Amino acid sequence: MDEALETVWVRDRSRILATLIGVLRDFDLAEDALQDAVASATVTWAAHGVPVNPAGWLVTTARRKAIDRLRSTSASERRQRAWGELAIAWDIGDGIEPIPDDRLRLIFTCCHPALTLDAQVALTLRTLGGLSTEDVAKAFLISGPALAQRIVRAKRKIREAGIAYRVPSPDELPDRLGAVMAVITLIFNAGYLAPRGTALVNVDLCDEAMRLVTVVIDLLPDESEPVSLAAMMHFQDARRAARVDAEGLPVTMEEQDRSRWDRDKLARGLELLGRARGMERIGPYGLKASISAVHAAAPRPDLTEWGSIVRLYDALLTWEPTPVVRLNRAVAIAMADGPDAGLALVDDPDLASDLVDYHLYHATRADLLRRLGRRDEAIAAYRQARHLTDNAAEHRFIDQRLVAMVDPTDLTDPTD
Amino acid sequence: MRYMLIIHNDPALHPQPGGPEWDQLMADYAAFSEQLGNYTGAPLNDPSTATTVRIRNDETLIVDGPFEETKEWMSGYYVIDCDSLDQAIKAATMVPSAKFGSVEVRPVAEM
Repeated sequence: MDEALETVWVRDRSRILATLIGVLRDFDLAEDALQDAVASATVTWAAHGVPVNPAGWLVTTARRKAIDRLRSTSASERRQRAWGELAIAWDIGDGIEPIPDDRLRLIFTCCHPALTLDAQVALTLRTLGGLSTEDVAKAFLISGPALAQRIVRAKRKIREAGIAYRVPSPDELPDRLGAVMAVITLIFNAGYLAPRGTALVNVDLCDEAMRLVTVVIDLLPDESEPVSLAAMMHFQDARRAARVDAEGLPVTMEEQDRSRWDRDKLARGLELLGRARGMERIGPYGLKASISAVHAAAPRPDLTEWGSIVRLYDALLTWEPTPVVRLNRAVAIAMADGPDAGLALVDDPDLASDLVDYHLYHATRADLLRRLGRRDEAIAAYRQARHLTDNAAEHRFIDQRLVAMVDPTDLTDPTD
Repeated sequence: MRYMLIIHNDPALHPQPGGPEWDQLMADYAAFSEQLGNYTGAPLNDPSTATTVRIRNDETLIVDGPFEETKEWMSGYYVIDCDSLDQAIKAATMVPSAKFGSVEVRPVAEM
């Protein structure tokens, strides 16, 4: 019996919760009622056997437990209204039909722009990821109580500001879907950048992100962007083993040992990208995934088709005309047409002022200056980059570059 | 659920009276108000016309000027009835001043 409950829990928890929130219109009440229903299941299923529709059983029981809770607490007017609505709510789960899938409503609510990004991530991982508060807190290096507070505030905002439990209308969908994917990307990157073998985090955020994007893909089959995001995540994940060296220092893609890239994950990424391209609307994630694919296709860095990458960045700029995209395009131009072409773009005064506090801007400049043999300026730019970041790994990386520049015999230029 | 749309503007970034930009803005506001249908709202005069009143220890304190001297000041408001925050946000995006300033969307606390 415990196994049956475990199976339902792992497979259906978020779906059950999503349905309950839709019925009860209250995150906390739904979570509490579900907990009550699970407690009831451990007793009832042991005595009477596992029901034909375990998920449905949990939903129906949770609804009844919610009514009990509303009845027994000193009900405010709002709760009494909810009770009244519950009494006439339709009965689900007594039959054999699967419970409705409200997970889209849940994910769009959790990722509503009226909530802070931190709250969106926390809420998404808690309700859709099924992670415990402690796990989420550890993963993002904040205290359990701090995270719990974040979630409490988010739920309060949803309630008080009237954030509706709904899937956005077609005209709202592109922006709102973008927000969902930004949250999933954040979760993936948090997992990707976590040092491997850290016993602190017993949950793989990359897996969670992959699971989340799969839910979105399944529930929005006509949208290409989530498929592209999944492709990108596969490309990135494929490079995981090569990402850091023996000392834990980050290795640039240029310098990575590509034999350590996971071929299966790359293939899966290409499959997904192919699927996305076959769908109607190409968007920014599709373009970013395509850029990743060009890198993935090169067995050696010097075989990279930089011309294709430049064209993809041209297209990406029409979607995201941001300084960072312009910078990345300049890097690609430097590779395709030479460092002086790249530097001309990087030294554009508007770009320079937009990115004056961005350490990677100065690091990029430094690298281009180095390749042009302008050593003193390169050293100054590397120092500027170092000054703008607190990250120890990045410091070591920049120091390596500086040391190599001071001793000309160590100077290796991959573009020579 | 009712929401107040509170419009804030920095006069340095906002069209000023006397000129085609201003006329366009006024026309946009007229169109917007008509689209809203049922609402209350009004533009406000600038903060130099404001007076702030406080009562402390039974003493009435009257001071020239707004509650707070800021670069961006409150220039108008609407109160509208919506089904959800999304609807209120949609209305806020259509406020003509949203292009130059900010529109805060806050639920009216129903007693």
